[in-house]
Amino acid sequence: MSVNPISSHSSADKAATGNRHFSAGAFLRDYGVLIIIVLLMFALTLLSPSFLSLRNLLNILNQSAPLALMASALTLVIIAGGFDLSTGAIFGVASVSAAWLAVTVDPYLGMVAGPLIGLVLGVVNGLVITAFNVHSFLATLASSLVYRGIAVLITGGALIPVRMEEFAWLGRGRVGPVNIAVLVLFVFVIVMMVLLNRTTFGRRVIAVGGNEEAAILSGVRTYLVKIATFGLSGFAAGLAGIIAVSRISMGQPQAGAGMELEAIAAVILGGTSIYGGAGAVWRSIAGVLLLALIGNGFNILNVNPFFKDLTTGLIIVVAVALSAGKKRR
Amino acid sequence: MAAAQPAPAAGAQSPSVHLSGIEKSFGAAKILHGVSLSFQPGEVHALIGENGAGKSSVGKIIGGYYAADKGVVEIGGMRLDQATPRRAMQFGVAMIHQELQLVPQLTVAQNVFLGLEDNVAGFLTGSDNRRFAALEARCGFGLDPRRKLGDLAIADRQKAEIMRAIARDARIIIMDEPTSSLTADETERLHKVIAWLRDEGRTIIYVTHFLDHVIEVADRVTIMRDGRVVRTGTIAGETKASLVEGMLGESAEVAYPDRPPAPSPDLAPRLELSGVSSGAGLKEVSLSIRPGEIVGLIGLVGAGRTEVARAIFGADGLSAGAIRLDGVALSSLSPQAAVKAGIALVPEDRRKQGLVMTQRTRPNMSLPHLERISRFGFLDMAEEKRRTRAMIDHFGIVPGAVDGEVAYYSGGNQQKVLLSKWAYGAPKVMILDEPSRGVDIGARRRIHDFIVELARAGVAVLLISSELEEVINLSHRGYLMSEGRVIGEVDCASITPDQVLYRLFHVGDTPAAPSHEPQGPSS
Repeated sequence: MSVNPISSHSSADKAATGNRHFSAGAFLRDYGVLIIIVLLMFALTLLSPSFLSLRNLLNILNQSAPLALMASALTLVIIAGGFDLSTGAIFGVASVSAAWLAVTVDPYLGMVAGPLIGLVLGVVNGLVITAFNVHSFLATLASSLVYRGIAVLITGGALIPVRMEEFAWLGRGRVGPVNIAVLVLFVFVIVMMVLLNRTTFGRRVIAVGGNEEAAILSGVRTYLVKIATFGLSGFAAGLAGIIAVSRISMGQPQAGAGMELEAIAAVILGGTSIYGGAGAVWRSIAGVLLLALIGNGFNILNVNPFFKDLTTGLIIVVAVALSAGKKRR
Repeated sequence: MAAAQPAPAAGAQSPSVHLSGIEKSFGAAKILHGVSLSFQPGEVHALIGENGAGKSSVGKIIGGYYAADKGVVEIGGMRLDQATPRRAMQFGVAMIHQELQLVPQLTVAQNVFLGLEDNVAGFLTGSDNRRFAALEARCGFGLDPRRKLGDLAIADRQKAEIMRAIARDARIIIMDEPTSSLTADETERLHKVIAWLRDEGRTIIYVTHFLDHVIEVADRVTIMRDGRVVRTGTIAGETKASLVEGMLGESAEVAYPDRPPAPSPDLAPRLELSGVSSGAGLKEVSLSIRPGEIVGLIGLVGAGRTEVARAIFGADGLSAGAIRLDGVALSSLSPQAAVKAGIALVPEDRRKQGLVMTQRTRPNMSLPHLERISRFGFLDMAEEKRRTRAMIDHFGIVPGAVDGEVAYYSGGNQQKVLLSKWAYGAPKVMILDEPSRGVDIGARRRIHDFIVELARAGVAVLLISSELEEVINLSHRGYLMSEGRVIGEVDCASITPDQVLYRLFHVGDTPAAPSHEPQGPSS
């Protein structure tokens, strides 16, 4: 009966051109995070001569490696239109399981088991979300409680010391000047980028987040895509977990608490759309670096750490507001 | 809440709603071309027309849901200054939708007084049920104020919505297809309510495609066609036949491409549906399409045409029946299996179901065909670009960038991207649901040529369009649909839109010629 024309009113009107010309506003929105990073590095270099050294920069990267691993896999979850609040808890489960296996069975087994356990827990998230059609926010909020509970059960609440050479190399070793954890991160980020940009899977991830209905009507098995993104996110959290265990020689059930929020903050800070359908892995790495630089800067300047959280929070608010402004339609 | 004013004689005073020169476009598609209309107090004024004639848009402009591009809306002599439903409500306009706008979790009384609750500094005084009783005394609908709205039948929910309009003392009540989900009995009761509202001096704007109802309840009728008013007049002297003729008129001459030669009737069907029923409302639908044949599905909105498309594509499950492709029954039905089997569906809503607006042209086109342009999951980007370029050139998509931002394209070019997306994979069966909706003339012609190209290449084409002219001029054969069933089959080469419309509206038998006066209204 009704004409029921195009559902959107505005975008078709301003359509015509399609090829937008260069605009400073669009450039700032797209690459603002990089500009802020450069400015911040410049400022920190002026303020402290010790900042701009290979050693300090590698150190920043090394410290951020676990968070960066989680954020880069989380990027795919968020681009597919999901949300993962359980990565911190998976980090904890993987930490204590890996530590327990390393001590009681074999250190290498523990090292392999951590990421795999993360993968399984992530897939469980994906299954719950798709099979019961639960919003991923709620599903992972609930599973994070369950997983954290499992982590505590495994150790009975105690810490598991892992003092073995065979385990320590991952978090502390170096190849030349470069930390092994940084190399692991490098490889993982490349894999995520290739997955997102060069594979059929990546295309489907973007389509599912951009328009799930259209993806279904294009023959995409959207549930498999979603499960896979949560599996990857869990895997990355597990990998991050064993690096942390190796680094501090200790498996702690409370390890990783709060990291899920830091990872989300980093992804959003980088400029990946919280609404799904658009984003990039490099953005999340930039987001992690920005968070790390703020922390490093406050350390160098020896400012009250209270201001660090306050500043970080304000920057996230600005980033989210910018991202909301970018949202079309 | 004012008491009912004595009913003024229609036409004796200034009109309650006056539209002058209303124009409205959505993107490139112009929906209303300078509509001027007056609605009087104390009249039931029916708005009728074919799908896409613009009658619902007129209702939505008066109700404040759409802003007119040009022209003036005056309500009670004052200009409607903001096009929001809230502002229109302050002007005394209430709109009762096809999809009812109530809160199912609240009770009837809570819904009726939603936003008008008696309160002291925000605290409810709990007088809703008493006020409801006063209102009920006037309406006499017999609704229980304490029942949850969600538990009521549709007809009762509609009554609640009407009470809500009366509680707000709406002087102008717009009803958009109010009877589409009502039984005959419920419809009759609704019409009594409408007559009573009119006798209270209110203006009822009644948008419908049920001509029987128009003749039964309306005082005056406005016929619309292609976004223009054909005529307005009293209902006296109108018959169903005269209304249908007014709705059809001499449609603007649009050239259609020549149909490709019809395939031989001996040719085995490429796609065959036998006794297909689905939870989405299809009832024992049987039809067939041969290779190189264009088959149209003809029916009013809600007849089940889109549901046929979704069933074939595996988007809705079947409860009975079978779908055969080249004689082999499709065992597992899913969009994924359909794409693999060579079935393509161009859905009706390109923004919601067709394109991923966050992605560019190239990934949009290749999405269903990623397997073909990849190895071990790795995309062959060069091949993807080559194919995308070929489709852009073939359709003349503007802008012609392989990685253009589809979200900023015009409706016609977005539609071409959507068609490219499905033509890309050389399908065996192509289902097109409203392929030219909301696009400009040029794009429309290109899309029509494309449909013919498909058939020439041996593709079995299923065409769905609310524009009768379009379906009939492009298809070889057509199936008439109503209420989820196929009710007839027509040879499109030898039938006119008028004859089809007569059959759809069940106005007796098909007349010999469109100018012929058929028998009067049948009940």
